[in-house]
Amino acid sequence: MIAYPRWKIALVAIVFLVGVLLALPNLFGEESALQLARDRAAVLESDRSSLQELLASKRVPVSGSFLDQGRLTLRFPSKQDQLKARDLISQARPGDFTIALSQASRVPEWMRNLGLGPLKLGLDLRGGVYLVYQVDVQGAVRQQLDHDEQDFRASLRNARVTYQDVQVDYKTNRVAVLFRDADSRAKGSAAIGGDNRNLNLTERTVDGSPALELQLTDAQIKEREDYAVQQNIVILRNRLNSPELAVSEPQVAREGVDRIAIQLPGLQNSAEVKKILGKTATLEFRMVDETDNPAEAAATGHVPLGAKLYYTRDKQPVLLKREVVVTGDELTDASFQPNTQDGPAVSVSLDSRGAAKMLRNTQENIGHLMAVVFIDRSREKNAQGVDVDRTTEEVINRATIRGVFSNNFQITGVNPIEGRELALLLRAGGLAAPLSAVEERAIGPSLGQDNIDKGVHAMVFGMLAAFIFMAVYYKAFGLIADLVLAANVILLTAFLSLVGAALTLPGIAAVVLTVGIAVDANILIYERIREELRNGVSPRAAITAGFERAFSAIADSNVTALIAGLVLWLFGAGAVRGFAVVLVIGIATSMFTSLMGSRALVQIFFGGRRKIERLSI
Amino acid sequence: MEFFHKVTRFPFMNTRKVWYGLSAVLIVGSLGLVGLRGLNLGIDFTGGVVVETNFPQPPNIEQLRGAVAAAGVTGAQVQAFGSSRDILVRLPPDPNAKGAEIGTRILDIFRKADAGVRLQRTEVVGPQVGQELFIKGSWALVATLVLIAVYVLMRFTLKLAGGAILAVLHDPICVLGFFAVTQITFDLTAISAILAVIGYSLNDTVIVFDRIRERARNARKLSIAQVIDESINQTLSRTLMTKLVTLLVVVALLIFGGETLHGFSAALVIGILAGTYSSIYISAALALDFGLRTDDLLERKLTKPEEIDGLP
Repeated sequence: MIAYPRWKIALVAIVFLVGVLLALPNLFGEESALQLARDRAAVLESDRSSLQELLASKRVPVSGSFLDQGRLTLRFPSKQDQLKARDLISQARPGDFTIALSQASRVPEWMRNLGLGPLKLGLDLRGGVYLVYQVDVQGAVRQQLDHDEQDFRASLRNARVTYQDVQVDYKTNRVAVLFRDADSRAKGSAAIGGDNRNLNLTERTVDGSPALELQLTDAQIKEREDYAVQQNIVILRNRLNSPELAVSEPQVAREGVDRIAIQLPGLQNSAEVKKILGKTATLEFRMVDETDNPAEAAATGHVPLGAKLYYTRDKQPVLLKREVVVTGDELTDASFQPNTQDGPAVSVSLDSRGAAKMLRNTQENIGHLMAVVFIDRSREKNAQGVDVDRTTEEVINRATIRGVFSNNFQITGVNPIEGRELALLLRAGGLAAPLSAVEERAIGPSLGQDNIDKGVHAMVFGMLAAFIFMAVYYKAFGLIADLVLAANVILLTAFLSLVGAALTLPGIAAVVLTVGIAVDANILIYERIREELRNGVSPRAAITAGFERAFSAIADSNVTALIAGLVLWLFGAGAVRGFAVVLVIGIATSMFTSLMGSRALVQIFFGGRRKIERLSI
Repeated sequence: MEFFHKVTRFPFMNTRKVWYGLSAVLIVGSLGLVGLRGLNLGIDFTGGVVVETNFPQPPNIEQLRGAVAAAGVTGAQVQAFGSSRDILVRLPPDPNAKGAEIGTRILDIFRKADAGVRLQRTEVVGPQVGQELFIKGSWALVATLVLIAVYVLMRFTLKLAGGAILAVLHDPICVLGFFAVTQITFDLTAISAILAVIGYSLNDTVIVFDRIRERARNARKLSIAQVIDESINQTLSRTLMTKLVTLLVVVALLIFGGETLHGFSAALVIGILAGTYSSIYISAALALDFGLRTDDLLERKLTKPEEIDGLP
């Protein structure tokens, strides 16, 4: 017997079987599907059964369905059924779901329940839109400073402390409050410090006056920047769930310090997406001016004192009072409630500052109309190439104040579609930093299919060439190498399906390259065996020596390729990362299959024989 | 079947001056070409807009160019891409352009020539992002080289490592030269190809070095030049065979992989050829000229008594 421990053979067999199981879901293919999501809430098991009943009653065949992360996917045998089902569901349950057309794998439910799924395809293979947004983090820090400045003024005013000036320096991230004398500074310090306990205020002299200075620390700035990026991510995710953009599986992720990358598979028109995503929005609650005539003001252009002219979405003029009750900054949450006692409603939550203002306002204004103004800022470049912010303001809702409330209240009198939209707009309203698109790539679905075909062709022909060559050149051992190479591709597929890394066209190229690397390891071993045979060593000893001696060479040579792969993984973005991920995993699986798998097979084929006369190599 | 039944006896070390000369010509030529002609940088690095369209019938490109210019789109390059039915429009980074809208605009212009035209792909990269990607890519190259150098230094002696690193630098330079000659678009995937080439070419060098070390320990009567020659000859069949098979698969990529992978697979082909050449002819020869001796390769040099004495 050639010594190779049984447990190693068993290990190879187990790894291979697990690999086959993990790779299996890729064989089922895809079919047309609908993906249903709900704004802020999960789609439930009960929805699934009721929808299935609905479709069954209209004789629309459903070939499968599953719930994943609050989204319901329904699969259909044909494109026609898919479209028919979409129309049926949107008629029967208007405004209840966001419905996106998509493709879903035919993987059976038990496999899906085990967490097994097919490889994800990258946008270059599926078609779709890739967008990168830059978050204006400096703008977010400036807003923080402005906020602090206003807070200081308010605290000092409330405590009736006299001060000379409040200066904001955006370059050094400082806010300084100047006082007439040291005495008022001490009072000011108490007032400001009392309202904001966690501020680092230092006493200094600015322009010859005693002053209190707030210096944002690097940690605070970073926190503010992170917050702005995170908040934008949340808002973008919310907007992507909007009914206007029916996207299946949108992905929003932070990239680097101040960028957000968005992947929208299956989507074609990036202009439409950008219009919706590229906006920053805020909102204001204002009381309606009920004494003057808005139509008259709009016609004459003469707006009464203390009022401001706005328009609703359907272009109706509205007069609102100049004072803002609460702004979007003070809003913490908004959600749509389809079934309240008063019908559909939007629940709104405010922070403590907003709550106090709202309480005062509602106490004074029961029975009067309050309006919500939505302010949208889109950043565009003008003819000189300079960024300009364009602002549009519109009244999105008017409602009568029915009682006194503060931090939690409901806006009623909305229909389900309006309500969903209002909740979305309100949530989007608390936004801080403006966004601008810095990179976008849109790939049509036909090009995606084209890329898949090309990648698969290249892979099949490349591998066939390698397989035939190995079999011809190394005979029986070549066939073993071919088995090992096939196992390597299966393991690689299994691993990629398991970690959920998306396969891109460069990723397919990496698979092909990995085949080369795996061949390399086998050739190293076989050439070594041949060499030992030439030196007159017995076949059995030659096999052992071949595997043993080739080990260090294989390990060494793969480490360098691994280093290159890991650096790419760290530095690369998008398609390059797709290449690196596959390369790194491929090197690992190829080392395993060549060193252990190949050895185990040689053991199985040659180990049982008492005496090996000659090797077919 | 076996191409190398007998171990070859090529005198690599005696002829090394010739190979140095060849490499010098390749390197100077490549760098010169990069300097003179420059690389055809893709929008990944320059920023700008690429719009890819597909026509049902091959269109008249001159007519399309005229139509684009007449519509007031300035600086557009209109060219066939892959097949004559695929038309690619490239635009320089334009502060006024509003990204995706330009794709639809080009498509509208093309529709007048042929209503069946389809928009395949739009890519918009801001100039700032382009610059960042270029810097990132360059850093990736430097980081890979440094890390690999550290690894080779740890595994082998300084002299061998020096030879390996210089030989490895040789390969991406040849690839860059190739990109300068052919003016194939140099984009992010080309950089990944170069990194793969670096990792992959060192692979051969490491295997030769591995053998040199092994031979140096077992055959102490031979001179170091003889050891190197023997080692290269002994590993020659393996080096050529693996590269042959890898070239087979990469050529399949080049032929079938389509336009998107064209630059990538071309870079791999050139890189693999250059890498094979440099690992056979250059890396060990350089180590020899750096004064490599058999003693350098013997085990346990670290436990020399004076070093132990030197410890506190």
